[in-house]
Amino acid sequence: MELVTFSLLNGVVYGLLLFMLSSGLTLIFSMMGVLNFAHASVFMLGAYFSYQIGRWIGFWPALVLAPLLCGLVGAAIERYGLRRVHPKGHVAEILFTFGLSYVIAELVIMAWGRNPIENRVPAVIDFPLFQLFGTSYPFYKGLMMAISVGMFTFLYLAFKRTRVGLVIQAALTHPQMVSALGHDVPRLFVLVFAIGSALAGLAGVIGGFALLTEPNMALSLGPIVFVVVVVGGLGSIPGAFIASMLIGIVQTFAVALDYSLLDFMHVVGVTVTRASPFHEVLAIKIAQAAPIIPYLLLVVMLIVRPRGILGTRET
Amino acid sequence: MAETCALRLRELRKNFGATQIIRNVSLDVATGERHAIIGPNGAGKSTLFNLVSGRFAPTSGSIRLHDEEIAGLRPYRISRRGLSRSFQVTNIFPRMSVFENIRCGVLWSLGHKYTFWRNVDNLRDANERAEQTLEQIHLSARRDTLAGVLTYAEQRALEIGITIAGGANVILLDEPTAGMSRHEAQDAVELIRAISKGRTLVIVEHDMGVVFDLADRISVLVYGEIIATDVPERIRENAAVQTAYLGTAAHA
Amino acid sequence: MRRRWHPGWWAAAAVLLAVLPVVPGLESSFSRSILTQMAIAAVFALSYNLLLGQTGLLSFGHAVYFGLGGYAAIHFLRAVNGGLPIPIPFVPLAGAAAGLAFGIVFGALTTRRAGTIFALISLGVGELVYAASLMLPAFFGGEEGVTASRTKAPHWLGLDFSSQIQVYYVIAFWLLVAAFAMHAFMRTPVGRMCNAVRDNPERAEFIGYDPQGVRFIVFAVSAMFAGLAGGLHAINYEIVAAEAVGATRSGVVLLMVYIGGVTHFVGAILGAIVITWLQVSLSDYTSAWLLYLGLFFMAVVLYLPGGLAGLVMLHVPFVRARAMGRVLRAYALGLAPVLAMLLGAITLIEMAYRRSTQPEAGARMKLFWVSMDTSTPWPWLGAALLVAAGYVAWRWISPRVTAAWTIASEEVRVGGARG
Repeated sequence: MELVTFSLLNGVVYGLLLFMLSSGLTLIFSMMGVLNFAHASVFMLGAYFSYQIGRWIGFWPALVLAPLLCGLVGAAIERYGLRRVHPKGHVAEILFTFGLSYVIAELVIMAWGRNPIENRVPAVIDFPLFQLFGTSYPFYKGLMMAISVGMFTFLYLAFKRTRVGLVIQAALTHPQMVSALGHDVPRLFVLVFAIGSALAGLAGVIGGFALLTEPNMALSLGPIVFVVVVVGGLGSIPGAFIASMLIGIVQTFAVALDYSLLDFMHVVGVTVTRASPFHEVLAIKIAQAAPIIPYLLLVVMLIVRPRGILGTRET
Repeated sequence: MAETCALRLRELRKNFGATQIIRNVSLDVATGERHAIIGPNGAGKSTLFNLVSGRFAPTSGSIRLHDEEIAGLRPYRISRRGLSRSFQVTNIFPRMSVFENIRCGVLWSLGHKYTFWRNVDNLRDANERAEQTLEQIHLSARRDTLAGVLTYAEQRALEIGITIAGGANVILLDEPTAGMSRHEAQDAVELIRAISKGRTLVIVEHDMGVVFDLADRISVLVYGEIIATDVPERIRENAAVQTAYLGTAAHA
Repeated sequence: MRRRWHPGWWAAAAVLLAVLPVVPGLESSFSRSILTQMAIAAVFALSYNLLLGQTGLLSFGHAVYFGLGGYAAIHFLRAVNGGLPIPIPFVPLAGAAAGLAFGIVFGALTTRRAGTIFALISLGVGELVYAASLMLPAFFGGEEGVTASRTKAPHWLGLDFSSQIQVYYVIAFWLLVAAFAMHAFMRTPVGRMCNAVRDNPERAEFIGYDPQGVRFIVFAVSAMFAGLAGGLHAINYEIVAAEAVGATRSGVVLLMVYIGGVTHFVGAILGAIVITWLQVSLSDYTSAWLLYLGLFFMAVVLYLPGGLAGLVMLHVPFVRARAMGRVLRAYALGLAPVLAMLLGAITLIEMAYRRSTQPEAGARMKLFWVSMDTSTPWPWLGAALLVAAGYVAWRWISPRVTAAWTIASEEVRVGGARG
């Protein structure tokens, strides 16, 4: 029971983290058709920035400044880099951000070194939130949840209730028409890129504590975010939410399950000996198999429903 | 006269969301006929072509090609049954040569399909058919030029060339003379007349000179409905058509 | 009838491949091993070019077929070690067969969509296979990989294939065969439709072809040749490990094909040679080599979409019109500022890397035969100044370079009109 509750809570936190990343990616993709490979790299920058600012000033300023810095980085990427690549087509855009992800990883190594850094939960938020079944649930995870939910509410209101939000929504599907109406669409692109990157940066601040902060962060989390986006349906933010929570919770549960298919079969009364060629596959513990769960889900999705959970038919 | 009907549309409807673009269109195009579809902008002419050629699936209704149902089929399946269309916005293969563009158009119809064991330069029938088509559209001189660098009129000719290369017997041409000068349009009309010999032609056009020159019969599409189908002289005098185009009926 | 397959070129290539390892200067075991590496990379890159350059399919997981082919071949080689009477030159075929099989299975799934989604799916499948490879040690050998021996195999034509030079010739042979086969494939009806689907998949549908069918076929063929490359990798190194299916290898082949020139067949081979050479040599000189590679790649995407092969092609008209001299003189003008910027930037990067990744090596370092102390501000200021000065000089001189280029282009155009 305790396992289920805590796994569920952790799964929700992880899922919200994935959603923060995938929503920013979806936003950028919906508006500009650019698949931003460097998105997870900005997430990584958020973690490193918050660590550095935390060391120089403190945690709470880092919580605000790091995402802002990431937003500025995103704006610069669009304004000075991607803007020149847009006319060359989508493949060139993807490749540009692909190369950028390598470059950002190397710049991080250049600044902070190759080894993981000690990005520990700051003492100011390191205390138990509540106690359940004898185990305490840390406050900072609760804070992560609160920040995520707060950020989404803010964004939802900003998009649905402000003029700029309205214009951005329109530009998401009809950038040329919006431009013809007199809005500065290139400037909107920069804004959306900045918002998406700031979201990634914020995810990095809080994710940096939960995950290991090291130069390979982007490489491990990046592909999972892409899976979320494809499974949820490319271009759909609600779909990204469902997929994020699904993958977040399922994977967290899986890591806690130390059983294998072999164990299940044993319960039913079927024994498979070592000599059988399937033994190895069946003996894999679910916890060991956890890393491939998102990708298995991707393959299943492709077979059953190629456009994703809430995706539309176009590419 | 069902057996000589190349294309038969019955109660065709197409909605995009809540908007009805094609409302209850029924039309018969006889085999070998040259049939023009005219109408004011936004009437749904291109949408009609898209429905017939498979780009969109109809919301309801029937489309029969040589008495076989094709509504909702994928474009390549419809193309394989002998219906071919050209596009209003030139839709060619820009990084391939003119000759290669045409040759691609003949490959499936000659049965070469997914062959990967024969060099395409050794396929005598494909190369001959491609050369013939090239001659017909008067682009032999530009045989090895990349399609992307052709002039606009040349690209329009290539567009038609790709459409007819496969030997389809029902051809749909979507505003083939769009953007052409008077002189170029006249050349295009001669070309269309030549290629439509022995085939069924459905053509969407705005240029009335072209329409009255080429068409055996004309259908007028207004707000997704056909308000008249008749020979050119009677369409000219039809009051409903005049209202649709001019706002008031002209007195004879 | 015009012969499109230029037998002269192929014969010349065969001779070149045969002669390379005995050219004075390239006879050492080290250079022969690099030539072999380049040959393997060339087969892999050519297979990727079928996907990206010819059909417009951007894949981030092509190493899957390379690696699975490699694993199949190494297991096959183990069987040969155990008594199966197949000589070494035929072992890579096991890799090709595995590549084809997996290409068909995964291709049926992944070619349903194109463009961006296909790219993402290829990434996902790549991660799936890589993660699975770490979970199934019986087939994948875990972290250390699977090994086999070249020596415990039947001799063929009197050769035992234990020396590097003999392996090189086997691999060079397969490179020639594979390149010829892939080139011929592009001249078949399906190959022509690959180009058509790349240029305009919608139009291809309206002339009777299902774009998905075309993509599926080229995907399977490409996977087959990637598997062949994996098989060559297996017999060369006698070991295959999880990195063979990994994201890095997928990324490197993408870099190779794109930097080499994505539209030209030769581009893939050029890219394979250049990137292999960079991988081998650059990493010896600097720990920042991946940064340089990434920046180089981004520069190619921004300024040189045709890649290195495209760059060469760009200058062919100049050579023909005898305007090359003017262009070269213009380049010489711009050389000094560009060098200054590069030198300054490289110095800054190297110093920063030294401080962050090798702090134990101390503050003094030697770069370009100049010794400097990175704990003092002077080398930093000096390098920054160099970059700034180079930039200013470049801004001043670049109009002259552009003007020379324009004049040379004009000469080409006029020469063409005249000729």
